[in-house]
Amino acid sequence: MAAPKDLTKATVLFAGDSGDGMQLTGGQFTQTTALSGNDLNTFPDFPAEIRAPAGTVPGVSGFKIHFGSAKVYTAGDQVDTLVAMNAAALSSQMDQLKKGGMIIANSNGMDARNLRLAGLQEDRDLLGEAEKRGFEVVSVEITRLTKEALKDSALSNKDKDRAKNMFTLGLVYWLYDRELERTERFLEDRFADREDIQAANLKALRAGHHYGETTELFRNRFSVPPADLPPGRYRNIKGNQALSIGLIAAAHKSGLDLFYSGYPITPASDILHEMAGSKAYGVHAFQAEDEIAAITSAIGAAFGGSLAVTASSGPGIALKTEALGLAVMLELPLVVINVQRGGPSTGLPTKTEQSDLGQALFGRNGEAPLPVLSCASPKDAFDVGFEACKMALEHMTPVMILSDGYIANGSEPWKFPSTSELPDIQPPLHRADDGEYVPYKRDEKGVRKWAVPGTRGAEHRIGGLEKQAETGHVSYDSENHQQMVRERKEKVERIAQGYSRQEVSCGSREGGLLVISWGSTYGAVRTAVERMHKNGISVGQYHLRHLHPLPSDLGDLIERYDQWLVPELNEGQLLQLIRSTYLVDAEGLNKVQGVPFTHGEVEEAIERMIDKRE
Amino acid sequence: MKDEQPYTSKDFATDQEVRWCPGCGDYGILKQVRDLMPELGLEREKTVFISGIGCSSRFPYYMNTYGLHSIHGRATSLATGLKMTRSDLSVWIITGDGDGMSIGGNHLIHLLRRNPNVNILLFNNEIYGLTKGQFSPTSEQGKHTRSSPWGTVDHPFNLSALALGADASFFARTVDRESKHLRETLRQAHEHKGASLVEIYQNCNVFNDGTFSAFTDKAHKQQNVLHLEQGAPLSFGDPENPSVLTWKNGAVGTVERETSDPESHWIHDPYDRAKAHALSRLSDDLAYPRPFGVLFKEDRAVYEELLAEQERGIAPKRTEEDLDALISGDAYWQVGQ
Repeated sequence: MAAPKDLTKATVLFAGDSGDGMQLTGGQFTQTTALSGNDLNTFPDFPAEIRAPAGTVPGVSGFKIHFGSAKVYTAGDQVDTLVAMNAAALSSQMDQLKKGGMIIANSNGMDARNLRLAGLQEDRDLLGEAEKRGFEVVSVEITRLTKEALKDSALSNKDKDRAKNMFTLGLVYWLYDRELERTERFLEDRFADREDIQAANLKALRAGHHYGETTELFRNRFSVPPADLPPGRYRNIKGNQALSIGLIAAAHKSGLDLFYSGYPITPASDILHEMAGSKAYGVHAFQAEDEIAAITSAIGAAFGGSLAVTASSGPGIALKTEALGLAVMLELPLVVINVQRGGPSTGLPTKTEQSDLGQALFGRNGEAPLPVLSCASPKDAFDVGFEACKMALEHMTPVMILSDGYIANGSEPWKFPSTSELPDIQPPLHRADDGEYVPYKRDEKGVRKWAVPGTRGAEHRIGGLEKQAETGHVSYDSENHQQMVRERKEKVERIAQGYSRQEVSCGSREGGLLVISWGSTYGAVRTAVERMHKNGISVGQYHLRHLHPLPSDLGDLIERYDQWLVPELNEGQLLQLIRSTYLVDAEGLNKVQGVPFTHGEVEEAIERMIDKRE
Repeated sequence: MKDEQPYTSKDFATDQEVRWCPGCGDYGILKQVRDLMPELGLEREKTVFISGIGCSSRFPYYMNTYGLHSIHGRATSLATGLKMTRSDLSVWIITGDGDGMSIGGNHLIHLLRRNPNVNILLFNNEIYGLTKGQFSPTSEQGKHTRSSPWGTVDHPFNLSALALGADASFFARTVDRESKHLRETLRQAHEHKGASLVEIYQNCNVFNDGTFSAFTDKAHKQQNVLHLEQGAPLSFGDPENPSVLTWKNGAVGTVERETSDPESHWIHDPYDRAKAHALSRLSDDLAYPRPFGVLFKEDRAVYEELLAEQERGIAPKRTEEDLDALISGDAYWQVGQ
């Protein structure tokens, strides 16, 4: 076969039954791709059920990776190579393929039984249909070949069958000209105490790679050269992981212990897992009895002088709402993370959405403003986590972070900082020798001092009742209430003075259309705007991290354009805010399908708006 | 500690006007707690009172220590977070029957099973006072209130049985009127290592006056009150010729002290779980008195100490290099120079 064909970008989708190990396969392919120096972005998509009925469409688990030698901002619109382990995976994912795309199909997973389980006629010829649609079909007896490769193993048939994902991975490694080494090391490590399983997986991996080399089924082989990334040290990172490390870094920089409390909920639980394993870093992790106990125990820890954090998803945040109001009223530092998912109610637990913005901004009784930050991508979650902690501690306020399922489980390469590059965090602690302690006396930023128990002479009582200015004594005085509501509001609004100047992320710096993105829509919007701007269209992207308080110079930036588009994975929550705050006729692009925007969808919306103007 | 001399009761009073209704049982409890603090040698700056919502929950405003008046039912979980991170503090939770057993019931049972070293003072007045007279989870069945005009059909909680079910390591009952008993019970609660739950019968003279008079009025209390003292026989009734409880094959009975064999007398042992169950249910039978004092206790591992023990077994990673290693992970690569 000829030398591998160089590609700038490629998108591979691994799809199989939830029991087929597709997440692990995708994760390994991602690590190897990252270490090969590509830029990348991943999107795991799995069912809410742990084991939905085997072989069925609801049981399909997918892992998509978009990688390239150029910048990659999304997990890819259309798939170049679909790896399908069974009929359900093939039939449900085929539409994601680009025209002429390749299918690597496990032909043993396409038999009558599998077709029936996928809800299809038993005599359907899926592979034939795919060829008729112009796809390049490579049919491989993955199940049989894996068993054949392991015929000398003493493992049970079931265990042998489980190694078929490694055969598949080996084959795809061959197809994209990748080394096996990293996955070999991973398998050696993972199954260090099960030598038989370790040997079988290694053998299957190598057999898959070897099969690619010897078979003549493939017309092409590909190579994606390293990306031209800025110099520095990189690692691949998932959103929940980056967020967790950001919190630990902030605790370190503030000199405080980190108290983290959570209640198991998808897709935030991985933060709880990360924290539970981080005792060595001074993290006190608490799995509370419910969402309310998770936030109130955090408030208790904050009163005691810890950096307190709690995370959840929409339904859990709803339960935490009353306590969040208490934190606003007490003016204690607290970070609350919402890893958003499809709602309302239980909604779509494993699918992504941005529909809790209104809840974050307004979902409390009374006038209860608090800063709200959003993560743009997995690696950005580190910066946002760190910034939120710094903000909470230095401004004595609860801060909400909005992440989402796409960011939480997605991954990308991260040019990580060293600890010494991170700014210090200086909470306004009151010390015993600071003189008289007046609990709600404010500094020039409107921030009160934090006296923690154990500080002699600063004994004081605080609570959820309205308090007299400065002293903090209970007060029902009407003028005082007005004053305190304003003081709390102004304290939060002053935080915007610390933001850097707002600029567009890419595209036109003025004139034409401004696309305003927030959260995980960053990547799709960036890709779309860059592509269209390159084609001479006057369009720019502004990405909003600080949803509250809004940057004070955002109004000026918005005024530099003639049209505004706000794409969101909700029915127009930021759109309302932009329209009402800046009095501009912005339009929305809205989608609530549990999946991110494709850049194509954003491009179409931009075109529609520009056509309308002309 | 203060430089010059030890703290006195007055040092624990704040400048805030106490705003309970005149005649409220809460005043007596506040006085006993203020008196007790210096006796226990507690330092103001190392003591925290945390409350939820309700009449009793105003308590922290009147104690010159650190204090947090939180939201309805959640004092227990605030205290858990505080104690987990600040085991050096003496933490006192003030709650009521509605706050602790209704809206905060979940946190109460979970605190008890975890067993942090805190004291819970549950003021039980069998009514919602602050919201002006609705039945509470301890109101007796059939009680007529503003929210139960035909009498409530709800079956009430028995807090001692609830605490046993949640594996509480200390439960005691006392009453606002008996100041000495109250103070001594609180002292024992403080001395117990673990979560100490003290049910304090507290008279609400506005919405539920006299609910506990059977246990406080001179004329009745001898017959209705069973004083629990470790190592002493369980006796009640006429002091000249009291009745004594017996425990035979798991069955409770009574005998006259003067005419019975002392070997047959039930000697109180709060560490005996089987007998504690019987004590928690004793007054379900109206022929028997209600137990006051420490019903049961258990020396069980304390939550924050178990956590500290785990932490001691893990080598700390608190340096800048440790954090750098966490940030970089073990699979990173270099681009360029």
